[in-house]
Amino acid sequence: MLDTILIGLSLGSILLLVALGLSIIYGSMGVINMAHGELVMIGAYSTVLAQIHMGLSLFAAIPLAFVVCFALGLLIEKFVVRRLYGRLFDTLLATWGVAILLQQAIRLEFGLSFFGIHIAGLGPGLQSVKVPDLLSEPIFIGEFLIQPYRAFIIIISILLAVITWLLMYKTRMGQQIRAIMRNKDMAAACGINVRKVNALTFAYGAGLAGVAGVMMSGFKTVMPDMGSSLVVDGFLVVVVGGVGSLVGTIVASGLLGQVNGIFAALSNDIIARAIVFGVVIAIIIWRPQGLLNYKGR
Amino acid sequence: MKFTNRISCKLKLGAFLGAVSLLTSGLTHAAKEIEVGVLFSQTGGLSIVEKSLASATLMAIEEINAKGGVNGMVIKPLVEDGASDPKTFNEKVSKLVIRDKVATIFGGYTSASRKAMLPVVEKRNSLLFYPTFYEGFECSKNVVYTGAAPNQQLNNYIPWLVKNLGKKKFFIVGSNYLYPKEMAKVAKTLIEENGAEWVGDEYLALGHSEWSSMVKKIKDSGADIVLSNVVGGSIISFYREYANQGISQKDIPIASTVTSEIEVAAMGGKFAAGSYTSFPYFQAVDTEANKAFIERYRAYTKDETAVTHHAMESAYSGVYLWAKAVSKADGIKPNEIMEATKGVSFDAASGTMTVSADNLHTSMTPRIVQWNEDARGTIVDEFSAPVIPLPYAAYGETAGNLFCSESGLDSSKL
Repeated sequence: MLDTILIGLSLGSILLLVALGLSIIYGSMGVINMAHGELVMIGAYSTVLAQIHMGLSLFAAIPLAFVVCFALGLLIEKFVVRRLYGRLFDTLLATWGVAILLQQAIRLEFGLSFFGIHIAGLGPGLQSVKVPDLLSEPIFIGEFLIQPYRAFIIIISILLAVITWLLMYKTRMGQQIRAIMRNKDMAAACGINVRKVNALTFAYGAGLAGVAGVMMSGFKTVMPDMGSSLVVDGFLVVVVGGVGSLVGTIVASGLLGQVNGIFAALSNDIIARAIVFGVVIAIIIWRPQGLLNYKGR
Repeated sequence: MKFTNRISCKLKLGAFLGAVSLLTSGLTHAAKEIEVGVLFSQTGGLSIVEKSLASATLMAIEEINAKGGVNGMVIKPLVEDGASDPKTFNEKVSKLVIRDKVATIFGGYTSASRKAMLPVVEKRNSLLFYPTFYEGFECSKNVVYTGAAPNQQLNNYIPWLVKNLGKKKFFIVGSNYLYPKEMAKVAKTLIEENGAEWVGDEYLALGHSEWSSMVKKIKDSGADIVLSNVVGGSIISFYREYANQGISQKDIPIASTVTSEIEVAAMGGKFAAGSYTSFPYFQAVDTEANKAFIERYRAYTKDETAVTHHAMESAYSGVYLWAKAVSKADGIKPNEIMEATKGVSFDAASGTMTVSADNLHTSMTPRIVQWNEDARGTIVDEFSAPVIPLPYAAYGETAGNLFCSESGLDSSKL
């Protein structure tokens, strides 16, 4: 039973990893970022490339992927999202377009194949990342098995959630973000540079996706379409948790992870997935605003 | 009104031009070139594998052309993209058959894409060369299967695993679609025939890459070997999770029918080391012919590290089998080529391949490989002679009792 709970916990932490970035972007800016999964994919590819070409370890790839995706997030915000604030469904379509562009760019190796240049590690092939020995040897405590890599993911997810919470509630920037969440126009009237804060929020969310990508690369297959399925899972968590609520996101990812883990153990993964969707539907019928939601004005 | 008139006028003109080209095409083609379709996914999730099949096909065509073509005709490939989507395969094969009137189509990787192409080639009496190992259960007069049939992957494999490794309890995992389920059916019969048992069979959605629950289930099932029919990107996360949960390939090895050089290279040899795969061809086949083949392929793709694998070797050999058939055929209509294909054989890198006159499948030599730390395989067992293909092995077909023969499928035996 304990190992089933541990599996659920690890599933939940991966959900949290993906949903964290989505949640703050959606919560604070009202933007449905469909390119989030592709940013995860870019983060994973950064790890692959850093390992092949720079010999960096998985740990060193974490800040690198964060910076790469942060920069990419700034670009996406500047050229696409900025023009679409307040138009929820337009952001959905536009970022979906960005997602497709990113995916195809990786498939085409950024078009460099036209010049006959081949970047090892990029392109449509299957890739994987070497996990540091420290994290790859399973540890047995009696009968009980601990997978260090899964444990590492859980720790990183918690760490990221704590950092994000500190940023949101203990810094001036976070105060401004929360002010924008409550009432954008009023915040602007109070002298907050809404444009700049939004750009940084979006970039930070993208950076979180990059870190999620590094974590994914350690145990999943890295390929151009690895990200597309993640967005759906991410949004399930965001919607169940309650828009804009950090604690809600954490609770929802834990809950859905456990439901998935337990039913996968009892029956199989396909039925577990159906049950997860059933639970999500039930929750949003019962509480349309999500499990934990602040009172908006 | 004017609009519809214009359309009907265009249609008439088109029909006229079509008729003219139909009358002349036989003459002009026979003089210079013979057109064939090459239909694999150049884009989408399956492009990883299918691009290698396309390059192997094109490489064979280029080689044959360099030697003067077939019967003095230059082979002209019309390359189309199936986009990893069965519906696109159906549309593209229709285009190749109906509009381009190609003599033959080389293409298809997944069973879904083959099933999408099948009605078109059968209805139009065209000819398809299908290079992938597949689940059997087909008896078409319009498809030449140059990949392994289930019996060529499993008939030596299961007995070998039971006898040589002493394994008694099989856990069968697969992706949730046709091929893995049919393969499981064949495997279950063989497992029971060999005095072993299967303790579970489970399937995951295609492309699924979260293996934690499944691997735990395998661990808890008491199985001493895993038979894997998992395909695509899921393979890598499966083997990795397997190692991460502390299962050793020594204790409970994974025996696969799909995991090829491509996936092993991608996951890293460490995770595959000690596991097994059964195919008629491996890069590890130790013959001069194979070494030369690998070198030519690497030169052709300009990739020093390119790996060769079973389906691509079959795609390559398929073109040669076809060329031999064309050179002895009376003409270049699909049914004339098809008739000439029967009994044709080719000395491929994997050994001699012969197209069976009965079911248009190809006889080939099954082999078993054990993967090493360095992502290479060691051949641990191989048949001494090519094995006759039996697409209905799951339903009791044997060499002495063919279900699919030249006169068609005897469905009373099913």
